[in-house]
Amino acid sequence: MCDLDEGSNEDSMGRDSVKRISSKCMKCKESPALLIIRVGDAFCRNCFKEYFVHKFRAMLGKNRLVFPGEKVLLAVSGGPSSSSLLFQVQEGLSHKASKKLRFVPGIVHIEEGAACGKTLEERTKIVADLKSIFSTSGFPFVIVYLEEVFSLPSSVLQSIFSLPTEKDDLYKDAVAGFMQSCHTSVKKNLCHETVAQETTLTEDHTHASLLSTHAHANETSISAFRGKFPFSPEQTEAVKKLFASMKTLTAKEEMLQTLRKHLILYTARIKGYSKVMMGDSCTRLAVKLLANICLGRGAFLAMDTGFSDPRHGDITIIRPMREYSAKEIAFYNKLFGVPSVFTAGLNTKAPEKASIQHLTESFIVKLQADFPSTVSTIYRTSEKLNPRYSQTPADDKGTETCLLCSCVLGIELRDEASAFCAISISEELSQSKKPEGGQVSSSTMEECCAENKMETLESSGCSCQSRERRNTTPDFWSLLCYSCKLVVKDMTSLDLLPEYILEEANRRQRRTQIKREIQEYLLTSEDDADTAP
Amino acid sequence: MPVLCSRCEIKKAHLKRPKTGHSLCKECFFWVFEEEVHHSIVSAKLFNRGETVGIGASGGKDSTVLAHVMKVLNERYDYGLNLILLSVDEGITGYRDDSLETVKRNQEQYELPLKIVSYEELYGWTMDTIVKQVGLKNNCTFCGVFRRQALDRGAMMLEVDKICTGHNADDVAETVLMNFLRGDIARLRRCTAISTGSEGAIPRCKPLKYAYEKEIVLYAYFKKLDYFSTECIYSPNAYRGHARSFLKDLESIRPSSIIDVIHSGENLSVKEEVRMPIQGNCARCGYISSQKLCKACVLLEGLNRGLPKLGIGKHHKLQDKLLKSQPLTEEEEKKFKMISF
Repeated sequence: MCDLDEGSNEDSMGRDSVKRISSKCMKCKESPALLIIRVGDAFCRNCFKEYFVHKFRAMLGKNRLVFPGEKVLLAVSGGPSSSSLLFQVQEGLSHKASKKLRFVPGIVHIEEGAACGKTLEERTKIVADLKSIFSTSGFPFVIVYLEEVFSLPSSVLQSIFSLPTEKDDLYKDAVAGFMQSCHTSVKKNLCHETVAQETTLTEDHTHASLLSTHAHANETSISAFRGKFPFSPEQTEAVKKLFASMKTLTAKEEMLQTLRKHLILYTARIKGYSKVMMGDSCTRLAVKLLANICLGRGAFLAMDTGFSDPRHGDITIIRPMREYSAKEIAFYNKLFGVPSVFTAGLNTKAPEKASIQHLTESFIVKLQADFPSTVSTIYRTSEKLNPRYSQTPADDKGTETCLLCSCVLGIELRDEASAFCAISISEELSQSKKPEGGQVSSSTMEECCAENKMETLESSGCSCQSRERRNTTPDFWSLLCYSCKLVVKDMTSLDLLPEYILEEANRRQRRTQIKREIQEYLLTSEDDADTAP
Repeated sequence: MPVLCSRCEIKKAHLKRPKTGHSLCKECFFWVFEEEVHHSIVSAKLFNRGETVGIGASGGKDSTVLAHVMKVLNERYDYGLNLILLSVDEGITGYRDDSLETVKRNQEQYELPLKIVSYEELYGWTMDTIVKQVGLKNNCTFCGVFRRQALDRGAMMLEVDKICTGHNADDVAETVLMNFLRGDIARLRRCTAISTGSEGAIPRCKPLKYAYEKEIVLYAYFKKLDYFSTECIYSPNAYRGHARSFLKDLESIRPSSIIDVIHSGENLSVKEEVRMPIQGNCARCGYISSQKLCKACVLLEGLNRGLPKLGIGKHHKLQDKLLKSQPLTEEEEKKFKMISF
């Protein structure tokens, strides 16, 4: 497909594929072909299934991150991709599977109807549909409502950072340990029994009060739900207010994603899961990659879209569906009857230019139609990017992370000759020198500029120095990464943010303050290690 | 009630800055725009006192504003630079000949020396004759590759120490997007650098790297600068066009997007184990190249052999043959002849 003279044999290629459509499956060469995934690759039903299943297992096998017996939380939105993920795990754990998957899955669904302006009836119906899908899987599941961000503890934002250690050895040990425990136990049902035990154990976990009300939902049957929500109407209002306070859809989508991530992390923690699986497909990731570039998240691309995202320390997010295109998933779901639920999101039916994410999606989809290698090229570009673990220090003391997205702040370029600095210079120069600039709305902007001004004036290209400086004006902005700052800039009021975020912001500000007071007694500067670019 | 300038708070605001949304009066806008370019120059240490700097001048808005601002700043902050205008004549009738007239006027207005190098004298081909042979499909490849080298050769003739070009923030952001879409990781890493090529080639820099295209137009408009604003008569690069319109849409949604994309580009980090092309020199002309023969030489060879597609697409298997001026096989010849469009 990618030989020397791509240009000149376009038409011969076209002829080829026409010829092959009518012929047999390219793999088994026996059964008639049923579908074409890429140009020239015609598959029959069985071979397609085999190919699809193999890809999933190969992805997990290659990366060796999911240990046998480990509890893995599947984040299922109900869309085609995550539903397909759920189906793959179901199949892989069933007795029919030749080599059973050995991890222990559970499901979480974040219900976001409140942010998207849905009525309670609509939401109840969608949840009921999802529950029926989830209960057929036999896995424990949790439905978490977006409203619950208003009862999250601030500890969600305190990640325990751990460096990726020698994975191979760990994996081998884990496999060995698992095999042993399998032998000592009685029979094969073991896996499922341990699930049940573990879930009931973690249910009594200290934090469990919040989610436990509906955690047993699958045991107590669907009817128990009946209009009982684990949140108050006031909280629904608060969600609506928060999203109404954001001036752009771009910011709304970012905020929703952040809150969703926090809820998933929290759920994973209190229920004792150490891995979270997301259903991002290759197509979705290509869109996300480009959108994130446009949103100023370049430094974190690899983490935001890679196979594994270790930034939260105790919980690793993995994306096993990342090699399937949206088309493959759609075909698979249709051919093998994988159920999925359509839920209208924030940008459903929105015009193309409603948000950066939405624009990027339609741009990629259109480009893909003209240049069929667009998605895979972008995807492969992302494989070459470095997640930059190396620059995060081993001890977590000095690591400042973004309040919202938990990425490490120190790795963004902030020296004088950078875009980061150029834009703050522009802001600063365009305003009068007097600190009281006038309107209320720009006051936050000025704070930001004051901070940056100090940074640029004082620093001599050395970012660790400027970081010290920045801490002398502890404010909300200094706790955010470049991109999350843009999100918050689009908010009319910070007070509408959920309590746990504000609380954590206060805690961090207090800490920097204290640190500043005791600065002269500290022999080694914690920041030295992590800020060197 | 008229809106007051947000900077001086005395005069009536004349314009809304595309970059930050602030309302400014003309004078403050000029000052702010120039200061920002000054900041880019100083913070990235682009020039040293006493250097001769060639300004790539096409007669378009970017290079006209660049020449103007460079002159202003050189005097205001006493950079001690010796500025020269450097133009490339691609030989496009009805386009470049007109724009070069603008450059000549600029030369008089700014009192800067001007050097014009033409494709014809360097390569023996003008774009007009190239298009006659190649057609309108891949002609931009020729023009782009040749221009890059022509500018360097002109600079060498003038013995300048550095070249600066009028690439603006939109151009840089667009290039980031385009290289990302094409998966060109080597260029992706290089394209956000404000100055490039210290080893071998003459260093180049982009003092307008953080200046929005719209602000450049505003600056030229209010300063009443004399510039040429016609699109090239040969079709523009289609793929770049996609990136360009996408960026324009982004800007309309969130004006900071352009800088945000550059910020992303500056912070991308590439895995160490990813293989990068090794930069060497062309065996024929000595210009920097990752292959034995540089792209310009291959393209030129193709033109001279009457095989214009030779340089389009991949050609590393043929490098040795071309270098020894051996004839190609019939099959190979057939492949690189023009196919009718």
